[in-house]
Amino acid sequence: MSAAAPRSVIIAGATSGMARACAAVFAREGYAVALGARNDEENERIANDLRVRYGGTAAAIHFEAADFDSHEGFLTACAEALGGEAGGLIYFAGTMAEQRAAEQDFTLARTMIDVNYTGCVSLTEAFARRCEARQAGFIGLVSSAAGDRGKQSNYIYGSTKGAMTVYAQGLRNRLFKSGVSVTTVKPGFVDTAMTFGMKLPPALTASPEQAAEAIFRGVVRRRDVVYVLWFWRYIMLIICAIPEWQFKKMGM
Amino acid sequence: MLSGWGRMSPAECEVVRPAAPSHLSDATAGTGTWIARGLGRSYGDQAVNAGNRVLDLTQMNCMLGFDAGTGVVECEAGVSLEALIDTFLPRGYFLPVTPGTKYATVGGAIANDVHGKNHHAVGSFGNFVESFRLMTAEGNLLDCAPDQNSEVFWATVGGSGLTGAIVSARVRLQPVETGYVTVDYERCKNLDDVLARAHDGDDRYQYSVAWIDCLAKGGSLGRSVLMRGNHTPLSGLPTALSGNPYPGTARRMAIPFDFPGFVLNAASIKAFNEVFYLRHHTRQGVVTDWNTYFYPLDQIKKWNRMYGKRGFAQYQATFPEESVNGIVRLLERLSATRRASFLAVIKRMGSPNAGLLSHPIEGYTLNLDLPNRSGLVDFLHELDRILLDHGGRLYLAKDVCAKAETFAEMYPRLGEFRAVRNRLDPNNRLASNQARRLKLVEVPA
Ligand SMILES: Cc1cc2nc3c(=O)[nH]c(=O)nc-3n(C[C@H](O)[C@H](O)[C@H](O)COP(=O)(O)OP(=O)(O)OC[C@H]3O[C@@H](n4cnc5c(N)ncnc54)[C@H](O)[C@@H]3O)c2cc1C
Ligand SMILES: NC(=O)c1ccc[n+]([C@@H]2O[C@H](COP(=O)([O-])OP(=O)(O)OC[C@H]3O[C@@H](n4cnc5c(N)ncnc54)[C@H](OP(=O)(O)O)[C@@H]3O)[C@@H](O)[C@H]2O)c1
Repeated sequence: MSAAAPRSVIIAGATSGMARACAAVFAREGYAVALGARNDEENERIANDLRVRYGGTAAAIHFEAADFDSHEGFLTACAEALGGEAGGLIYFAGTMAEQRAAEQDFTLARTMIDVNYTGCVSLTEAFARRCEARQAGFIGLVSSAAGDRGKQSNYIYGSTKGAMTVYAQGLRNRLFKSGVSVTTVKPGFVDTAMTFGMKLPPALTASPEQAAEAIFRGVVRRRDVVYVLWFWRYIMLIICAIPEWQFKKMGM
Repeated sequence: MLSGWGRMSPAECEVVRPAAPSHLSDATAGTGTWIARGLGRSYGDQAVNAGNRVLDLTQMNCMLGFDAGTGVVECEAGVSLEALIDTFLPRGYFLPVTPGTKYATVGGAIANDVHGKNHHAVGSFGNFVESFRLMTAEGNLLDCAPDQNSEVFWATVGGSGLTGAIVSARVRLQPVETGYVTVDYERCKNLDDVLARAHDGDDRYQYSVAWIDCLAKGGSLGRSVLMRGNHTPLSGLPTALSGNPYPGTARRMAIPFDFPGFVLNAASIKAFNEVFYLRHHTRQGVVTDWNTYFYPLDQIKKWNRMYGKRGFAQYQATFPEESVNGIVRLLERLSATRRASFLAVIKRMGSPNAGLLSHPIEGYTLNLDLPNRSGLVDFLHELDRILLDHGGRLYLAKDVCAKAETFAEMYPRLGEFRAVRNRLDPNNRLASNQARRLKLVEVPA
């Protein structure tokens, strides 16, 4: 058994609807939180909210997912604010450009790849080294069911999440012997800014608060894969079971 | 499609949901009109704006600060009353005034100047608002308090969102020793009985409300159960509860689908009312947790589905002290037309404040839930007439179909309100369905 991780966590992409709700659950449960976001004003607004509500440590620290070279410095700043290395990291940062637009304009595709995947690998690798060194920690990577199967309607975004899912599997494998857990989160539909205005079926859509509770539970219990609403696991099993020759004709 | 909590007359609107106050100016840019919306707990078309923009402000819900000495919380307007309780009850503070639901926002509570079971004692929500920041239709940020931009302050308190979007507010909470209320129940045999008891005894209680059986007739007309209470002091808590003086919220059950229209019929409502009266004997000193006492309906998520797809109206009629016999006329019309109300409550109201469109006046207020059956609108107009004849007024948070003339007669300060509004919103960017119907804003010809 590894040493107990300190009760503190880094939330990368803290201005996301889901991240904010999740940071609140950690703060409520007594964790010190370091919030990373690229918009400093919004980040401080959220950190202050957590301090007023829960009274613990909540620090806002500048984080730019696509500025890979800054990631070591970001982790060091987090450790300073938390008074020691963070117990865990959860990566929420992500963007989803409209698929058709991304097909026409590679810069849009590139941003998704940089933020959702490359930024995740860059930050998580740096954090993993720190965890390995002290043989403790937990990591949560917010991927997506969209990464389980490529669909014409959003395969570029989906591929960044697919890569993230495979990355998480390998990392979990590597860190297992160090007592560090890696949890892949597949939220399903969640009502956040990313999906606002889309016609999502209400029964399949979770609130950010529901997602946050599920992520918190999954991560601290060191689960491998977390679905927010249980039936999403089965929805994806069915979608993935359709043979490719048939799937390609379905226009999904 | 967007509607109020009563789900009558839904309309297609363009809904935007700014993630933070800094997104407000983008959210209101462009042409067309807009109106703020909180948790959508007003019953009618107050936070609906057909073919135009509605600003869902529920994500603008950060706490900004709390002074543990004075109990003043500063928060963004989208913070829910539930969040205030969750956060500050464990520190010994409760809402100074609360409506019958905790799923309302601070912005909504100000915009309707909501009242609670303690109106007779402390007045409405606006009395506890130390200040707020308003974004006007012109995009200016205005800090308002009773002694700063006071005209705008009192136009906004009860102003139905028509002066702009409240961005944040400072609200004075009340200190409480526990999260419980010690309740006395008294059965009252008719309307005179309940009014007399409320008149004589309410001073001894912070909270007072009576549930009224609106199916009882003749000599029993207005038979009711008076439910009054005070915050339980720590010394008044039974030992079994004293370990946890500030209980949290329990889980809720949901109504997962619309009930068919026939479920709530005259017979089932009569049965409910019968049982309610019989179950509530006169009892003293019942220690009740805050959630059960203040928010019985919140225990059932989406309870508005109980009334089926056609929805329902809530009718709130407030009569001045001297013409309470108007209540008798209303109740008589109700039983004559067999329009039973599932829930009806009556409450004594205290002194009004300076809100130009704030609803409370000193006297008695009656609240009815009416399923949307054919002829409802005409019937409500008939009730409006009775109300008007008795110098009473309706409440904008509940109104669904009143006529502009009726409203203008009930609210003599409407002219002053319009004047403040015209100054703040010269280009008429703010509007809602209700505001157009009642001519609270200039309506293009
Ligand atoms: C079960 C139940 C019980 C109730 N009991 C009571 C009661 O006892 N007493 C009482 O007074 N009311 C009562 N109400 C009514 C309710 O308290 C009010 O309608 C309240 O305004 C709802 O708040 P909301 O956040 O849902 O606002 P909404 O319904 O979304 O909006 C109401 C109004 O507030 C405005 N508004 C909302 N947010 C802002 C903002 N940030 N800036 C400017 N304007 C804004 C809107 O434009 C609209 O005009 C009850 C409602 C329910 C469903
Ligand atoms: N909502 C869903 O249904 C759903 C489903 C499956 C997976 N997900 C995933 O869940 C995660 C959280 O998303 P959400 O739904 O909460 O949506 P969201 O509110 O749009 O959150 C996205 C977050 O990513 C941040 N971000 C974007 N580019 C960044 C950059 N270059 N550097 C740093 N941060 C950056 C955004 O910051 P700004 O605020 O500064 O823009 C924002 O905080 C995402 O990874 C998303 O892919 C969501």
